[in-house]
Amino acid sequence: MKYQSQKVAKPYFIGALTLFFGQIVFGLIAGFQYLDGSFLFPALPFDVVRMSHTNLLIVWLLMSFMGAAYYIVPEEAQTELYSPRLALITFWVFLTAAGLTILSYLFIPYAHLAALTGNAALPTMGRGYLEQPLPTKVGIVLVALSLLFNVTMTLIKGRKTTINWILVGSLWGLALLFLPAFYFPEDTVKASFAWWWVVHGWVEGDWELILGALLGFILIKMTGVDREIVEKWLYIIVAMTLISGIIGIGHHYYYTGAPSYWIWLGSIFSILEPIPFMLLIAFSFKMLMQRRREHPNKAAMLWALGTPIMAFLGAGVWGLMITLAPAQYYLHGTNFTAAHGHLAFFGAYVMISLSIISYAMPLLRGRLANSATAQRWEITGFWVMVLSMLVIALALTGAGIVTVILQRAADHPMSFMQVEGKARVFFWVREAAGLSFFAGLLIYLRSFFITGDYEYASEMKQALAR
Amino acid sequence: MQQVFTKAMARNIFLGGSVFFLALYVALSIDTWHRIPDRDHADKLTPAVLQGKYIFDSNNCIGCHTVNGEGAYFAPELGNVYKRRGPAFIKAWIQAQPTGIPGRRQMPNFHLTQTQLDDLVLYLQWLSNIDTNNWPPNIQG
Repeated sequence: MKYQSQKVAKPYFIGALTLFFGQIVFGLIAGFQYLDGSFLFPALPFDVVRMSHTNLLIVWLLMSFMGAAYYIVPEEAQTELYSPRLALITFWVFLTAAGLTILSYLFIPYAHLAALTGNAALPTMGRGYLEQPLPTKVGIVLVALSLLFNVTMTLIKGRKTTINWILVGSLWGLALLFLPAFYFPEDTVKASFAWWWVVHGWVEGDWELILGALLGFILIKMTGVDREIVEKWLYIIVAMTLISGIIGIGHHYYYTGAPSYWIWLGSIFSILEPIPFMLLIAFSFKMLMQRRREHPNKAAMLWALGTPIMAFLGAGVWGLMITLAPAQYYLHGTNFTAAHGHLAFFGAYVMISLSIISYAMPLLRGRLANSATAQRWEITGFWVMVLSMLVIALALTGAGIVTVILQRAADHPMSFMQVEGKARVFFWVREAAGLSFFAGLLIYLRSFFITGDYEYASEMKQALAR
Repeated sequence: MQQVFTKAMARNIFLGGSVFFLALYVALSIDTWHRIPDRDHADKLTPAVLQGKYIFDSNNCIGCHTVNGEGAYFAPELGNVYKRRGPAFIKAWIQAQPTGIPGRRQMPNFHLTQTQLDDLVLYLQWLSNIDTNNWPPNIQG
């Protein structure tokens, strides 16, 4: 850590991990409701649990991206953050708003919440991921404006690097792409079409740029590879992201009422969408090979290498399986999509967040790397979470295939609830893997409570003794 | 190699490619916008249908169900439920919730009035006539 103001990243990272914990708890409840439909009903109906699970995910990812920006932008710009105070105030506003929103989900029936918050005047509620009441959506915009002001002013007064351009530019994109959340056409087909501007625009466009910038920063710092090489790679990766991803949005338009030409456009460009993820893998491993130093933070390196691989699997491979129109005809709206959603969100955005946290937190706590013991806990947490998420994705894939065989492609299709009964074993596996993921999370979080610096001398001795 | 393909070239591909495909997307979206009203019979979006849609959204129906495959996978598809079940069944079903059968997935009772139920069913009827390129594959959704 080179600049004092980078310290504001710390509360963002801690807040993000706290909300991550909450997200997983709701995930476990929702998963269990697939097995026992009356679990916690009527106190917590499934939709409330699911919306808490997904909204916490989005908020904590945004929080970690913001923390990452407050950490990276000053270091890249070689100057203090424009206003650390504003960043700190923004953090508390954001955390409070997020907490109040989740509490309102849990304690106020959704229709009442809508009535209380002026949804009738400007309807925005009742869409996936964008369930937040109007005041929360306005709050998100204000928080984003504060972030943009702060990092843009920092960028302007300091050194302008490619990483900063891509990072700050994609944060602007993130904020702009949220604005369609306020636009809810009365025509449901148009509403769905526009909803994807936010959802696809974020996860299959803009956020990949954020991911690239964060990974680029970590790799420059950890491998000591020449900045010029990293930045050229980054431009190629983000170019492929947008060239494939912008028209690739068509894979959401096949069966929702949009014109048929999207079937061709979406399928063709979707085939290209895994390319940026393949490039990310090639990039990170090439940088590792060309490294000029051995960074003692092995855990951070593991996260940074794991991210592109898992992102490629979840977003690239699982994504590709459902984006081609003939396959999607049968897979659309099944748990296959949920498998892709889980693996892609985890592999790309959860893992890049945990990468930057893994790299930056030791520095924010005044050491280059954590002690070997702490790193062993963190690395164990990495493997348990990664493997558990793979099992979750495989179980949901199994459930999706059951739907295809018994409901979608059957001569005598069964009803939805009959099929769900047949897929029950997969929901058990998913829940068991969810519990194992939770255990991995606890192991991971435990690593933060093991204090102490990385000690070269003792590590060396131990290594020689082995 | 380093000299043949420079960082500036990579940046130009990024900027040029993004602008080009964004412009293409905007053009296609404008075209789509003009075609949607025909495909979903937007002329039949009466005040009652829109009222039904408001009830649908403000009770977070897609928090469990899907509409044309979008939403949650906890409860059945509603894009074609009007054709699958018919208006009388749908109204009776909504009013009978929750079933309270232990272990079975539970749907809350939303305490809808008769008029609200009528509007909601009109919205579901409107949904069932959208041209979705023949999706879902069969009536079970």
